[in-house]
Amino acid sequence: MSRIGLFRTLVIVGLVGLIEVLCRTGVIDNFTMPPPSRIAKDLQHIVVTGKFNAAIAKTLSSAAIAFAAAVVAGIVAGVLFHSTPRLRRALDPIFATYYAIPVLAFYPLLIIIFGLGDVPKIIIAFMLGVVAVILNTLNGLDRVPPVLAKTARVARLGRVGTALKVTLPSAAPYVLTGVKFAVAYALIGIIGSEFVMSTDGVGFEIAFAYNNFDNATMYPLILLVMIVSIAVNLVLTFWEKRLLIRRGLR
Amino acid sequence: MSEQHDLTAHVGLRGVTKVFRGADGAPSVHALGPIDLDLRRGEFFAVVGPSGCGKSTLLEVLAGLSQVSEGNVLIEGKPVGGDIMDGVGVVFQEDACLPWLTVYDNIAFGLMQTDTSRAEIATRVESALTMTGLSGFAGSYPAQLSGGMRQRVCIARTLVLQPRLILLDEPFGALDQQTRLLMGEELLRLWRATGATIFLITHALDEAAMLADRIGIMSARPGRLLEILETGWSRDRDSRLVETAEFGAVTARLWQVLRGESMKSINRDGARA
Amino acid sequence: MKAESANWVGTIWITVGLLVLWQAAYLIVGDLALRSPLQTVAFAYELLRKPSFAPHLVETGKAFAAALAIATAMGLVIGITLGLSKPAGEVFEPMLVALYSIPKVTLYPILLLMFGLGISAKIAFGALHGFIPVALFTINAVRNVKPIYLKTGRVMRLGRAAMVAKVVFPAAVPEIFTGLRIGFSLTMIGTVLGEMFASQKGLGHLLMNAIGLHNVDLIMAITLMLVVFAAGMSSVLLMIDRRLHRRV
Repeated sequence: MSRIGLFRTLVIVGLVGLIEVLCRTGVIDNFTMPPPSRIAKDLQHIVVTGKFNAAIAKTLSSAAIAFAAAVVAGIVAGVLFHSTPRLRRALDPIFATYYAIPVLAFYPLLIIIFGLGDVPKIIIAFMLGVVAVILNTLNGLDRVPPVLAKTARVARLGRVGTALKVTLPSAAPYVLTGVKFAVAYALIGIIGSEFVMSTDGVGFEIAFAYNNFDNATMYPLILLVMIVSIAVNLVLTFWEKRLLIRRGLR
Repeated sequence: MSEQHDLTAHVGLRGVTKVFRGADGAPSVHALGPIDLDLRRGEFFAVVGPSGCGKSTLLEVLAGLSQVSEGNVLIEGKPVGGDIMDGVGVVFQEDACLPWLTVYDNIAFGLMQTDTSRAEIATRVESALTMTGLSGFAGSYPAQLSGGMRQRVCIARTLVLQPRLILLDEPFGALDQQTRLLMGEELLRLWRATGATIFLITHALDEAAMLADRIGIMSARPGRLLEILETGWSRDRDSRLVETAEFGAVTARLWQVLRGESMKSINRDGARA
Repeated sequence: MKAESANWVGTIWITVGLLVLWQAAYLIVGDLALRSPLQTVAFAYELLRKPSFAPHLVETGKAFAAALAIATAMGLVIGITLGLSKPAGEVFEPMLVALYSIPKVTLYPILLLMFGLGISAKIAFGALHGFIPVALFTINAVRNVKPIYLKTGRVMRLGRAAMVAKVVFPAAVPEIFTGLRIGFSLTMIGTVLGEMFASQKGLGHLLMNAIGLHNVDLIMAITLMLVVFAAGMSSVLLMIDRRLHRRV
């Protein structure tokens, strides 16, 4: 491990150790937070008994649907906007302020329209992710060297052929950045909606445990969410980096 | 180890050597020296040399921006350590104008750090603006100026500190040939007006030949002084000097000494790449 | 920034198009789940004049302002510190990035247990969202200050404090402002989200309450207010942001 990595591990271990000591000595009372070792043990118990497997499956499948929809729609829309510059320039100011809007604020409205079920959650997660995919696809397409477009013309590829065989592969590393965001946003959107108001899923279980003062469930589930989202991000970041290095972009 | 310093000199270098220690097992690079050199008070001294010969390192050592590995540097009898000495001004090749300040504030920047009174600052900045031909641009931002004018701002910023020694590192390197000739003329004018000692690093042989009283010719890395050429120009020279036969002779002599060194330097760089 | 000029006429057309879509959706779905744009605006106006609404607006405003102040101060201090020290930056920056990408909602119960159900928990949650972009952008801004400016500062014999105040900070301001702009948005999202989950006051609380009461007017009016405020403020900040970046 590099020295930086070692030091980073030490910082994290030290922090967890400090919380452990504070919890054990009663500076942080157990009603507020159980010691980290306890949380880890509870998480182990949850995983072994499979008590929340249904909730986890629910959350992950909803996130997967939202993610897939965001990626497909985002790439298609990105290609479309890129090929119609006038439309794109009209959309630019809207995209620029898009992420300033609290998308989750639409959740109550969606519940009223679609009822309290999976649809509002998936729409929220989709809304969060799709614009990130669009913006990164546009960025990638902007960076396609003009000579590649000429090559496609020389090879007599049509519009669709050019997009599928030349421009999108060339833009792939940047599109992947958008895909990475879409994963994070899908999880944030689904878990966030479940958490605010829902009848199932990991987010709901955390909220339910909070309302019932059930720290033995709440803390391990929070830890699980953190671990999963950080792991997913690390994998995608690693993949993204490798792609960029292979292309000589980093 | 080093010889005795000449105490009448403005700047004295004795056995100045710079070795860059390689990080994590990379080999060390002997960049410079040993160099012995005395600058006379009020002279215009230029240094030419092949690329990568350590010219800029030499200037950084004089400025106190970089520490010597061996030897010592005295300015006005005081040893240069890791700090900028009193009465020393530096102008860099890169655009060092601070883009968030107006021309006026850029020029006043260094003075503001001293306890000079507001009124005195205003007087000095005004006079520096006039001297560098920037009078109409006090309120402009650097982004609104051409490259040549931005470099004038940097020179003016140094002048207001009334330095006795001015170090210039390729100050006109980023400018076109004609602008360079005119800027050189201006620099000569400022040199006469201020009476400061000037130490100029350049890669342009004609620039050195036109501007300097003496020209130090450096070898390929590790940079040493091969020869010091006296030009013998009068103090009130200007760019029309380039029309004369003597100017041609000086430039020719510079290239005669440098040609072999430049080839060494190019072949080495080529082999590395 | 793009070389092509903006197509503002097109932007207005798209906005109009969205309003038309809204109106069409209302005509299809009907009164049960939607209100028309005009009805929503009218109800929002009524709401703003109601004395019973003011305390909620003030509560959210106060929580947001406090959270923003904390997020900005924390973000700047952390960002400048980590930006100036290379090893510290390398150790802590990836941790901030990780924190940025996780669903922070799930951390809210912990804040509630720490601060209790009240304005402090909301403020903490808003600040938790907002300080990260400010810190991340500040780290990069400070790191990317051109070395020539630092050299100039040294030549002008600036001390460490003066170097930060007179060179590093002003050179980094455009990038830092971008971080502040994003921090502003995220702080607002965090504050409202906190209110939506558990709160007894504020716009987010009203929004969740309205679901139970099936008060479509209230839901649409508050959603509209939040969107208009967020988009409006963000546009203003974006304009300032672009001006600052044009300087160089």
